[in-house]
Amino acid sequence: MEAFAHRSLLDIEGLTRADVERILDTSEAFLQVSRRPVRKVPTLRGKTVVNLFYEASTRTRTSFELAGKRLSADVINMSVSASSVKKGETLQDTCRTLEAMHPDVIVIRHNASGAPNYVASKIGCSVINAGDGMHAHPTQALLDAFTIRRQKGTLENLIVTIVGDIAHSRVARSNAHLLNLFGCEVRVVGPRTLLPAAVDSLGVRVFDRLEEGLEGADVVMVLRIQRERLAGALLPSLREYARTFGIGPATIQYAKPDAIVMHPGPMNRGIEIENVIADGERSVVLEQVEAGVAVRMALLYLLAGETTEAPAVGEAD
Amino acid sequence: MEASRSPSLEGPGVFTHTPPNVARTQKVVLDANAIQRSVRRIAVAILEATSGIEDLTLVGIRRGGVPLSKRIADEIAKVEGRPPPVGTVDISLYRDDAATALPNPKIGPSDIPFDVSGRHVVLIDDVLHTGRTVRAAIECLQDHGRPARIWFAALCDRGGRELPIAPDFIGRTIEVDPGARLDVWIDAAGPDRAVITRDE
Repeated sequence: MEAFAHRSLLDIEGLTRADVERILDTSEAFLQVSRRPVRKVPTLRGKTVVNLFYEASTRTRTSFELAGKRLSADVINMSVSASSVKKGETLQDTCRTLEAMHPDVIVIRHNASGAPNYVASKIGCSVINAGDGMHAHPTQALLDAFTIRRQKGTLENLIVTIVGDIAHSRVARSNAHLLNLFGCEVRVVGPRTLLPAAVDSLGVRVFDRLEEGLEGADVVMVLRIQRERLAGALLPSLREYARTFGIGPATIQYAKPDAIVMHPGPMNRGIEIENVIADGERSVVLEQVEAGVAVRMALLYLLAGETTEAPAVGEAD
Repeated sequence: MEASRSPSLEGPGVFTHTPPNVARTQKVVLDANAIQRSVRRIAVAILEATSGIEDLTLVGIRRGGVPLSKRIADEIAKVEGRPPPVGTVDISLYRDDAATALPNPKIGPSDIPFDVSGRHVVLIDDVLHTGRTVRAAIECLQDHGRPARIWFAALCDRGGRELPIAPDFIGRTIEVDPGARLDVWIDAAGPDRAVITRDE
Protein backbone atom coordinates (compact mmCIF):
# COMPACT_ATOMS: atom_id res chain seq x y z
CA MET A 1 0.00 0.00 0.00
CA GLU A 2 1.42 3.30 -1.07
CA ALA A 3 1.37 6.29 1.26
CA PHE A 4 0.17 9.67 0.17
CA ALA A 5 3.47 11.46 -0.22
CA HIS A 6 2.49 14.59 1.68
CA ARG A 7 1.86 15.37 5.30
CA SER A 8 0.39 18.79 4.67
CA LEU A 9 -1.31 20.65 1.82
CA LEU A 10 0.13 24.15 1.64
CA ASP A 11 -0.12 24.97 -2.07
CA ILE A 12 -0.68 23.35 -5.45
CA GLU A 13 2.95 23.81 -6.49
CA GLY A 14 3.94 21.06 -4.08
CA LEU A 15 1.71 18.50 -5.79
CA THR A 16 2.41 16.35 -8.82
CA ARG A 17 -0.17 15.55 -11.42
CA ALA A 18 -0.43 12.05 -9.95
CA ASP A 19 -1.08 13.54 -6.49
CA VAL A 20 -3.89 15.66 -7.88
CA GLU A 21 -5.40 12.68 -9.69
CA ARG A 22 -5.27 10.62 -6.52
CA ILE A 23 -7.03 13.35 -4.52
CA LEU A 24 -9.72 13.71 -7.19
CA ASP A 25 -10.23 9.93 -7.51
CA THR A 26 -10.57 9.62 -3.74
CA SER A 27 -13.04 12.52 -3.74
CA GLU A 28 -15.37 10.52 -6.00
CA ALA A 29 -15.93 7.98 -3.24
CA PHE A 30 -16.68 10.73 -0.73
CA LEU A 31 -19.14 12.46 -3.04
CA GLN A 32 -21.22 9.29 -2.80
CA VAL A 33 -21.12 9.35 0.99
CA SER A 34 -22.68 12.82 0.98
CA ARG A 35 -25.53 11.56 -1.20
CA ARG A 36 -26.53 8.61 0.97
CA PRO A 37 -29.28 8.53 3.59
CA VAL A 38 -26.60 8.24 6.30
CA ARG A 39 -24.07 10.88 5.36
CA LYS A 40 -21.33 9.74 7.69
CA VAL A 41 -18.57 7.15 7.72
CA PRO A 42 -16.56 6.07 10.79
CA THR A 43 -13.18 6.50 9.09
CA LEU A 44 -11.58 9.21 11.25
CA ARG A 45 -13.14 8.28 14.57
CA GLY A 46 -10.90 9.54 17.36
CA LYS A 47 -9.09 12.06 15.17
CA THR A 48 -9.23 15.78 15.89
CA VAL A 49 -9.44 18.52 13.26
CA VAL A 50 -8.95 22.15 14.29
CA ASN A 51 -10.29 24.89 12.02
CA LEU A 52 -8.13 27.92 12.76
CA PHE A 53 -9.61 30.86 10.91
CA TYR A 54 -7.94 34.26 11.11
CA GLU A 55 -10.17 35.58 8.33
CA ALA A 56 -13.92 35.61 8.27
CA SER A 57 -15.20 32.75 6.16
CA THR A 58 -18.48 30.98 6.42
CA ARG A 59 -18.51 28.67 3.45
CA THR A 60 -14.95 27.34 3.57
CA ARG A 61 -15.11 26.82 7.33
CA THR A 62 -18.51 25.14 7.09
CA SER A 63 -17.28 22.95 4.27
CA PHE A 64 -14.26 21.78 6.30
CA GLU A 65 -16.42 21.33 9.38
CA LEU A 66 -18.91 19.20 7.49
CA ALA A 67 -16.12 17.22 5.84
CA GLY A 68 -14.57 16.41 9.22
CA LYS A 69 -17.88 15.51 10.80
CA ARG A 70 -18.90 13.25 7.94
CA LEU A 71 -15.67 11.35 8.55
CA SER A 72 -16.53 11.09 12.28
CA ALA A 73 -13.59 13.28 13.33
CA ASP A 74 -13.98 15.73 16.19
CA VAL A 75 -13.97 19.21 14.69
CA ILE A 76 -13.17 22.32 16.68
CA ASN A 77 -13.63 25.78 15.23
CA MET A 78 -11.37 28.56 16.43
CA SER A 79 -12.08 31.94 14.94
CA VAL A 80 -10.08 35.07 15.49
CA SER A 81 -12.77 37.19 17.06
CA ALA A 82 -13.51 34.63 19.75
CA SER A 83 -10.00 33.66 20.69
CA SER A 84 -6.91 34.93 22.42
CA VAL A 85 -5.51 36.01 19.06
CA LYS A 86 -7.51 39.19 19.55
CA LYS A 87 -5.75 39.58 22.85
CA GLY A 88 -2.38 39.76 21.14
CA GLU A 89 -1.18 36.17 21.13
CA THR A 90 1.45 35.49 18.49
CA LEU A 91 0.96 32.84 15.84
CA GLN A 92 3.81 30.87 17.36
CA ASP A 93 2.19 30.82 20.80
CA THR A 94 -1.11 29.83 19.26
CA CYS A 95 0.67 26.94 17.52
CA ARG A 96 2.21 25.76 20.78
CA THR A 97 -1.11 25.96 22.56
CA LEU A 98 -2.82 24.02 19.80
CA GLU A 99 -0.10 21.42 19.67
CA ALA A 100 -0.58 20.70 23.35
CA MET A 101 -4.14 19.68 22.47
CA HIS A 102 -2.80 17.00 20.08
CA PRO A 103 -4.81 17.74 16.96
CA ASP A 104 -4.30 15.52 13.90
CA VAL A 105 -5.05 18.18 11.31
CA ILE A 106 -5.04 21.96 11.52
CA VAL A 107 -6.96 23.79 8.81
CA ILE A 108 -5.76 27.36 8.69
CA ARG A 109 -6.93 30.48 6.92
CA HIS A 110 -4.84 33.58 7.43
CA ASN A 111 -4.61 37.01 5.84
CA ALA A 112 -0.81 36.77 5.72
CA SER A 113 0.67 34.83 2.80
CA GLY A 114 2.82 32.01 4.10
CA ALA A 115 1.19 31.69 7.53
CA PRO A 116 0.24 28.00 6.90
CA ASN A 117 3.86 27.23 5.93
CA TYR A 118 5.00 28.81 9.18
CA VAL A 119 2.51 26.79 11.21
CA ALA A 120 3.49 23.59 9.39
CA SER A 121 7.13 24.22 10.26
CA LYS A 122 6.33 24.72 13.94
CA ILE A 123 3.87 21.94 14.55
CA GLY A 124 3.96 18.19 14.19
CA CYS A 125 0.51 17.55 12.77
CA SER A 126 -0.87 17.90 9.25
CA VAL A 127 -1.69 21.41 8.08
CA ILE A 128 -4.17 22.29 5.35
CA ASN A 129 -4.06 25.76 3.84
CA ALA A 130 -7.62 27.07 3.58
CA GLY A 131 -6.45 30.31 1.97
CA ASP A 132 -3.55 32.54 2.92
CA GLY A 133 -3.33 36.16 1.86
CA MET A 134 -2.77 36.48 -1.87
CA HIS A 135 -0.74 33.27 -1.98
CA ALA A 136 -2.77 30.10 -2.37
CA HIS A 137 -6.14 28.45 -1.88
CA PRO A 138 -5.34 24.87 -2.85
CA THR A 139 -8.58 23.25 -1.70
CA GLN A 140 -10.56 25.68 -3.87
CA ALA A 141 -8.41 24.79 -6.89
CA LEU A 142 -8.91 21.08 -6.19
CA LEU A 143 -12.67 21.37 -5.83
CA ASP A 144 -12.78 23.43 -9.02
CA ALA A 145 -10.75 20.77 -10.81
CA PHE A 146 -13.05 18.06 -9.43
CA THR A 147 -16.11 19.98 -10.67
CA ILE A 148 -14.58 20.54 -14.11
CA ARG A 149 -13.58 16.88 -14.44
CA ARG A 150 -17.07 15.73 -13.55
CA GLN A 151 -18.71 18.20 -15.92
CA LYS A 152 -16.31 17.85 -18.85
CA GLY A 153 -15.23 14.25 -18.31
CA THR A 154 -11.58 15.31 -18.37
CA LEU A 155 -9.20 17.96 -17.09
CA GLU A 156 -6.86 17.75 -20.03
CA ASN A 157 -6.26 20.38 -22.68
CA LEU A 158 -9.24 22.56 -21.84
CA ILE A 159 -9.42 26.29 -22.35
CA VAL A 160 -10.14 27.90 -18.99
CA THR A 161 -10.72 31.63 -18.73
CA ILE A 162 -10.41 33.29 -15.33
CA VAL A 163 -12.10 36.69 -15.19
CA GLY A 164 -11.68 39.39 -12.58
CA ASP A 165 -9.26 40.46 -9.87
CA ILE A 166 -6.32 38.20 -10.64
CA ALA A 167 -3.80 40.25 -8.63
CA HIS A 168 -5.44 39.71 -5.27
CA SER A 169 -6.79 36.26 -5.98
CA ARG A 170 -5.25 33.21 -4.35
CA VAL A 171 -7.99 31.24 -6.12
CA ALA A 172 -6.74 32.30 -9.56
CA ARG A 173 -3.14 31.54 -8.62
CA SER A 174 -3.84 28.03 -7.32
CA ASN A 175 -6.16 27.24 -10.21
CA ALA A 176 -3.58 28.33 -12.79
CA HIS A 177 -0.95 26.07 -11.24
CA LEU A 178 -3.27 23.09 -11.10
CA LEU A 179 -4.71 23.47 -14.60
CA ASN A 180 -1.22 23.84 -16.06
CA LEU A 181 -0.40 20.37 -14.73
CA PHE A 182 -3.05 19.03 -17.10
CA GLY A 183 -2.05 20.97 -20.18
CA CYS A 184 -4.94 23.40 -20.06
CA GLU A 185 -4.75 26.76 -21.73
CA VAL A 186 -5.32 29.14 -18.83
CA ARG A 187 -6.37 32.65 -19.76
CA VAL A 188 -6.84 35.59 -17.47
CA VAL A 189 -8.98 38.61 -18.23
CA GLY A 190 -9.32 41.74 -16.14
CA PRO A 191 -8.42 45.37 -15.83
CA ARG A 192 -4.66 45.91 -15.98
CA THR A 193 -4.75 47.34 -12.45
CA LEU A 194 -5.99 43.98 -11.19
CA LEU A 195 -3.39 41.82 -12.92
CA PRO A 196 -0.32 40.88 -10.88
CA ALA A 197 3.03 42.38 -11.86
CA ALA A 198 4.63 39.07 -12.83
CA VAL A 199 1.52 37.62 -14.43
CA ASP A 200 3.57 35.72 -17.00
CA SER A 201 5.14 33.57 -14.29
CA LEU A 202 1.71 32.00 -13.71
CA GLY A 203 1.85 30.37 -17.13
CA VAL A 204 -1.28 32.11 -18.39
CA ARG A 205 -2.31 34.10 -21.44
CA VAL A 206 -3.43 37.63 -20.64
CA PHE A 207 -6.38 39.24 -22.39
CA ASP A 208 -7.59 42.82 -21.99
CA ARG A 209 -10.91 42.32 -23.74
CA LEU A 210 -13.43 39.91 -22.28
CA GLU A 211 -14.76 38.81 -25.67
CA GLU A 212 -11.33 37.74 -26.85
CA GLY A 213 -10.53 35.97 -23.62
CA LEU A 214 -13.78 34.01 -23.75
CA GLU A 215 -13.43 32.94 -27.39
CA GLY A 216 -13.70 29.13 -27.47
CA ALA A 217 -13.45 28.71 -23.68
CA ASP A 218 -14.62 25.42 -22.13
CA VAL A 219 -14.71 26.83 -18.62
CA VAL A 220 -15.31 30.37 -17.39
CA MET A 221 -14.20 31.08 -13.82
CA VAL A 222 -15.63 34.29 -12.50
CA LEU A 223 -13.87 35.82 -9.52
CA ARG A 224 -15.44 37.94 -6.85
CA ILE A 225 -14.79 41.67 -7.11
CA GLN A 226 -14.07 43.01 -3.66
CA ARG A 227 -15.45 46.40 -2.97
CA GLU A 228 -12.37 47.48 -1.08
CA ARG A 229 -10.50 47.57 -4.41
CA LEU A 230 -12.47 50.72 -5.16
CA ALA A 231 -10.92 52.41 -2.16
CA GLY A 232 -7.47 51.56 -3.51
CA ALA A 233 -8.39 53.37 -6.75
CA LEU A 234 -7.81 50.16 -8.71
CA LEU A 235 -11.31 50.34 -10.18
CA PRO A 236 -13.13 53.49 -11.26
CA SER A 237 -16.59 52.14 -10.49
CA LEU A 238 -18.39 48.86 -10.06
CA ARG A 239 -20.81 49.81 -12.83
CA GLU A 240 -17.98 50.27 -15.25
CA TYR A 241 -16.48 46.95 -14.20
CA ALA A 242 -19.81 45.19 -14.70
CA ARG A 243 -20.15 46.71 -18.16
CA THR A 244 -16.62 45.77 -19.24
CA PHE A 245 -15.93 42.48 -17.50
CA GLY A 246 -19.28 41.25 -16.16
CA ILE A 247 -20.40 37.83 -17.42
CA GLY A 248 -23.87 38.15 -18.93
CA PRO A 249 -25.93 36.53 -21.68
CA ALA A 250 -24.25 38.65 -24.38
CA THR A 251 -20.64 38.03 -23.40
CA ILE A 252 -21.04 34.30 -22.63
CA GLN A 253 -21.88 33.77 -26.30
CA TYR A 254 -18.18 34.00 -27.08
CA ALA A 255 -17.39 30.89 -25.05
CA LYS A 256 -18.13 27.38 -26.34
CA PRO A 257 -21.86 26.51 -26.44
CA ASP A 258 -21.31 23.92 -23.70
CA ALA A 259 -19.03 26.09 -21.57
CA ILE A 260 -19.61 25.96 -17.84
CA VAL A 261 -19.53 28.99 -15.55
CA MET A 262 -17.91 28.74 -12.12
CA HIS A 263 -17.69 31.10 -9.17
CA PRO A 264 -15.96 30.46 -5.84
CA GLY A 265 -18.60 32.52 -4.06
CA PRO A 266 -19.99 34.56 -2.54
CA MET A 267 -21.28 36.15 -5.74
CA ASN A 268 -21.84 39.85 -6.34
CA ARG A 269 -24.84 39.48 -8.57
CA GLY A 270 -25.07 42.25 -11.16
CA ILE A 271 -21.35 43.06 -10.89
CA GLU A 272 -19.09 40.22 -11.98
CA ILE A 273 -21.96 37.90 -12.91
CA GLU A 274 -25.54 38.55 -14.00
CA ASN A 275 -28.47 36.74 -12.47
CA VAL A 276 -29.43 34.89 -15.65
CA ILE A 277 -25.95 33.36 -15.79
CA ALA A 278 -25.61 32.68 -12.06
CA ASP A 279 -28.93 30.82 -12.06
CA GLY A 280 -28.68 29.54 -15.64
CA GLU A 281 -28.00 26.05 -16.87
CA ARG A 282 -24.30 26.72 -17.49
CA SER A 283 -23.74 27.61 -13.86
CA VAL A 284 -22.10 24.91 -11.74
CA VAL A 285 -21.83 27.05 -8.61
CA LEU A 286 -23.81 24.65 -6.44
CA GLU A 287 -21.91 21.65 -7.83
CA GLN A 288 -18.77 23.43 -6.65
CA VAL A 289 -20.15 23.65 -3.13
CA GLU A 290 -21.00 19.94 -3.11
CA ALA A 291 -17.58 19.11 -4.55
CA GLY A 292 -15.98 21.20 -1.81
CA VAL A 293 -17.15 18.88 0.94
CA ALA A 294 -16.13 15.74 -1.00
CA VAL A 295 -12.65 17.06 -1.84
CA ARG A 296 -12.04 18.19 1.74
CA MET A 297 -13.14 14.79 3.04
CA ALA A 298 -10.66 13.18 0.67
CA LEU A 299 -7.86 15.47 1.87
CA LEU A 300 -8.59 14.86 5.54
CA TYR A 301 -8.65 11.11 4.84
CA LEU A 302 -5.38 11.19 2.92
CA LEU A 303 -3.55 13.48 5.37
CA ALA A 304 -4.88 12.38 8.75
CA GLY A 305 -3.62 8.80 8.48
CA GLU A 306 -0.26 7.73 9.86
CA THR A 307 2.74 8.70 7.78
CA THR A 308 4.63 5.53 8.60
CA GLU A 309 3.38 2.11 7.69
CA ALA A 310 1.23 1.02 10.59
CA PRO A 311 1.16 -2.70 11.34
CA ALA A 312 -1.87 -4.08 9.60
CA VAL A 313 -4.36 -4.84 12.30
CA GLY A 314 -5.73 -8.26 11.47
CA GLU A 315 -5.10 -8.22 7.77
CA ALA A 316 -8.54 -9.12 6.54
CA ASP A 317 -9.05 -12.12 4.29
CA MET B 1 -6.77 -6.41 2.75
CA GLU B 2 -5.72 -4.44 -0.31
CA ALA B 3 -2.13 -5.32 0.38
CA SER B 4 -2.83 -9.01 0.44
CA ARG B 5 -4.91 -8.83 -2.67
CA SER B 6 -2.93 -6.56 -4.88
CA PRO B 7 -0.65 -9.26 -6.31
CA SER B 8 -3.68 -11.23 -7.43
CA LEU B 9 -4.41 -8.52 -9.98
CA GLU B 10 -1.26 -9.36 -11.79
CA GLY B 11 -1.84 -13.07 -11.99
CA PRO B 12 0.17 -15.93 -10.54
CA GLY B 13 3.92 -15.81 -10.80
CA VAL B 14 4.07 -12.01 -10.89
CA PHE B 15 4.84 -10.79 -7.39
CA THR B 16 6.38 -7.41 -7.87
CA HIS B 17 6.70 -6.64 -4.16
CA THR B 18 8.58 -9.81 -3.26
CA PRO B 19 12.38 -9.99 -3.23
CA PRO B 20 13.46 -12.45 -5.93
CA ASN B 21 15.38 -14.63 -3.48
CA VAL B 22 12.24 -15.63 -1.57
CA ALA B 23 11.05 -19.01 -2.76
CA ARG B 24 7.32 -19.49 -3.11
CA THR B 25 5.18 -22.50 -3.62
CA GLN B 26 1.76 -22.30 -5.13
CA LYS B 27 -0.94 -24.91 -5.03
CA VAL B 28 -4.24 -24.77 -6.87
CA VAL B 29 -6.85 -25.93 -4.37
CA LEU B 30 -9.96 -25.24 -6.47
CA ASP B 31 -10.16 -25.35 -10.25
CA ALA B 32 -12.80 -23.75 -12.46
CA ASN B 33 -15.16 -26.73 -12.19
CA ALA B 34 -14.89 -26.92 -8.42
CA ILE B 35 -15.57 -23.20 -8.14
CA GLN B 36 -18.58 -23.46 -10.41
CA ARG B 37 -20.00 -26.36 -8.36
CA SER B 38 -19.52 -24.36 -5.16
CA VAL B 39 -21.20 -21.32 -6.69
CA ARG B 40 -24.17 -23.45 -7.70
CA ARG B 41 -24.42 -24.97 -4.24
CA ILE B 42 -24.29 -21.53 -2.60
CA ALA B 43 -26.99 -20.21 -4.96
CA VAL B 44 -29.34 -23.09 -4.15
CA ALA B 45 -28.70 -22.75 -0.42
CA ILE B 46 -29.44 -19.02 -0.57
CA LEU B 47 -32.74 -19.65 -2.33
CA GLU B 48 -33.75 -22.28 0.22
CA ALA B 49 -32.83 -20.14 3.20
CA THR B 50 -34.41 -16.94 1.97
CA SER B 51 -37.48 -18.70 0.52
CA GLY B 52 -37.36 -17.26 -2.96
CA ILE B 53 -36.21 -14.22 -4.81
CA GLU B 54 -38.86 -11.64 -3.89
CA ASP B 55 -36.96 -9.68 -1.25
CA LEU B 56 -33.53 -11.06 -2.10
CA THR B 57 -30.57 -8.86 -3.00
CA LEU B 58 -26.87 -9.67 -3.34
CA VAL B 59 -24.06 -7.33 -2.37
CA GLY B 60 -20.48 -8.20 -3.31
CA ILE B 61 -17.63 -6.92 -1.15
CA ARG B 62 -14.99 -5.21 -3.27
CA ARG B 63 -13.00 -6.50 -4.86
CA GLY B 64 -13.02 -10.29 -4.61
CA GLY B 65 -16.73 -10.54 -3.83
CA VAL B 66 -17.87 -8.64 -6.90
CA PRO B 67 -17.33 -11.23 -9.68
CA LEU B 68 -18.50 -13.96 -7.30
CA SER B 69 -21.78 -12.12 -6.58
CA LYS B 70 -22.45 -11.90 -10.31
CA ARG B 71 -21.82 -15.65 -10.70
CA ILE B 72 -24.21 -16.44 -7.88
CA ALA B 73 -26.82 -14.11 -9.39
CA ASP B 74 -26.46 -15.97 -12.71
CA GLU B 75 -27.03 -19.31 -10.98
CA ILE B 76 -30.09 -17.94 -9.17
CA ALA B 77 -31.43 -16.68 -12.49
CA LYS B 78 -31.18 -20.23 -13.92
CA VAL B 79 -33.56 -21.42 -11.20
CA GLU B 80 -35.84 -18.42 -10.77
CA GLY B 81 -35.86 -17.06 -14.31
CA ARG B 82 -34.38 -13.73 -13.30
CA PRO B 83 -31.42 -12.59 -11.21
CA PRO B 84 -31.79 -10.70 -7.93
CA PRO B 85 -30.50 -7.11 -7.79
CA VAL B 86 -26.72 -7.05 -7.31
CA GLY B 87 -24.74 -4.26 -5.65
CA THR B 88 -21.21 -3.72 -4.37
CA VAL B 89 -19.70 -2.25 -1.21
CA ASP B 90 -16.21 -0.89 -0.64
CA ILE B 91 -15.23 -1.24 2.99
CA SER B 92 -12.12 1.01 2.97
CA LEU B 93 -13.82 3.74 4.99
CA TYR B 94 -15.20 1.24 7.51
CA ARG B 95 -12.02 -0.66 8.33
CA ASP B 96 -11.31 -0.84 12.06
CA ASP B 97 -7.81 0.46 11.32
CA ALA B 98 -8.96 3.17 8.89
CA ALA B 99 -7.77 5.99 11.15
CA THR B 100 -4.35 4.49 11.83
CA ALA B 101 -3.40 2.60 8.68
CA LEU B 102 -2.26 4.18 5.45
CA PRO B 103 -5.07 5.48 3.27
CA ASN B 104 -6.27 3.13 0.59
CA PRO B 105 -4.79 4.33 -2.69
CA LYS B 106 -7.91 3.39 -4.59
CA ILE B 107 -11.25 3.54 -2.87
CA GLY B 108 -13.78 2.01 -5.17
CA PRO B 109 -17.42 2.99 -5.31
CA SER B 110 -20.04 1.46 -3.09
CA ASP B 111 -22.80 0.93 -5.61
CA ILE B 112 -26.11 -0.21 -4.20
CA PRO B 113 -28.67 0.95 -6.76
CA PHE B 114 -31.65 -0.30 -4.76
CA ASP B 115 -33.17 0.23 -1.34
CA VAL B 116 -31.93 -2.42 1.09
CA SER B 117 -34.48 -1.54 3.77
CA GLY B 118 -36.74 -4.45 4.65
CA ARG B 119 -34.96 -6.82 2.25
CA HIS B 120 -32.83 -9.90 2.62
CA VAL B 121 -29.29 -8.91 1.73
CA VAL B 122 -26.61 -11.53 1.14
CA LEU B 123 -23.11 -10.09 1.54
CA ILE B 124 -20.65 -11.99 -0.62
CA ASP B 125 -16.87 -12.28 -0.45
CA ASP B 126 -14.41 -14.71 -1.99
CA VAL B 127 -12.49 -15.67 1.16
CA LEU B 128 -13.60 -15.56 4.79
CA HIS B 129 -10.61 -15.20 7.11
CA THR B 130 -10.49 -12.89 10.14
CA GLY B 131 -14.06 -11.65 9.79
CA ARG B 132 -12.97 -8.02 9.97
CA THR B 133 -13.98 -7.33 6.38
CA VAL B 134 -17.44 -8.77 7.02
CA ARG B 135 -17.90 -6.65 10.12
CA ALA B 136 -16.96 -3.52 8.15
CA ALA B 137 -19.29 -4.51 5.30
CA ILE B 138 -22.20 -4.98 7.70
CA GLU B 139 -21.64 -1.51 9.12
CA CYS B 140 -21.40 0.00 5.63
CA LEU B 141 -24.56 -1.78 4.52
CA GLN B 142 -26.47 -0.45 7.52
CA ASP B 143 -25.59 3.09 6.49
CA HIS B 144 -27.48 2.42 3.26
CA GLY B 145 -30.66 1.35 4.99
CA ARG B 146 -32.08 -1.19 7.42
CA PRO B 147 -32.25 -4.66 5.87
CA ALA B 148 -34.70 -7.20 7.28
CA ARG B 149 -31.81 -9.63 7.48
CA ILE B 150 -28.16 -9.67 6.47
CA TRP B 151 -26.65 -13.00 5.43
CA PHE B 152 -23.08 -13.79 4.56
CA ALA B 153 -21.77 -16.07 1.82
CA ALA B 154 -18.14 -16.85 0.96
CA LEU B 155 -16.59 -19.16 -1.58
CA CYS B 156 -13.85 -20.29 0.84
CA ASP B 157 -13.60 -20.33 4.61
CA ARG B 158 -9.94 -20.51 5.57
CA GLY B 159 -10.49 -20.17 9.35
CA GLY B 160 -8.50 -17.79 11.54
CA ARG B 161 -11.39 -15.68 12.81
CA GLU B 162 -10.56 -12.63 14.94
CA LEU B 163 -14.17 -11.56 15.45
CA PRO B 164 -17.31 -13.52 16.34
CA ILE B 165 -18.47 -13.79 12.73
CA ALA B 166 -20.26 -16.89 11.46
CA PRO B 167 -21.00 -17.39 7.76
CA ASP B 168 -24.39 -18.57 6.48
CA PHE B 169 -23.24 -20.04 3.17
CA ILE B 170 -19.79 -21.47 2.48
CA GLY B 171 -18.60 -23.12 -0.75
CA ARG B 172 -15.53 -24.89 0.65
CA THR B 173 -13.68 -24.99 3.94
CA ILE B 174 -9.97 -24.94 3.16
CA GLU B 175 -7.20 -25.33 5.72
CA VAL B 176 -4.57 -22.63 5.22
CA ASP B 177 -1.53 -22.05 7.45
CA PRO B 178 -1.56 -18.65 9.17
CA GLY B 179 1.47 -17.49 7.16
CA ALA B 180 0.11 -18.53 3.76
CA ARG B 181 -2.25 -16.73 1.42
CA LEU B 182 -5.38 -17.92 -0.27
CA ASP B 183 -6.30 -16.03 -3.44
CA VAL B 184 -9.32 -16.56 -5.64
CA TRP B 185 -9.39 -15.59 -9.29
CA ILE B 186 -12.79 -15.34 -10.92
CA ASP B 187 -13.28 -13.64 -14.28
CA ALA B 188 -9.63 -12.61 -14.19
CA ALA B 189 -6.78 -13.49 -16.52
CA GLY B 190 -6.51 -17.27 -16.89
CA PRO B 191 -8.95 -19.92 -15.72
CA ASP B 192 -10.97 -19.48 -12.51
CA ARG B 193 -9.03 -20.91 -9.60
CA ALA B 194 -8.23 -20.70 -5.90
CA VAL B 195 -4.53 -20.79 -5.06
CA ILE B 196 -2.60 -21.15 -1.81
CA THR B 197 0.73 -19.29 -1.83
CA ARG B 198 3.46 -20.04 0.71
CA ASP B 199 6.80 -18.36 1.28
CA GLU B 200 9.39 -21.05 2.02
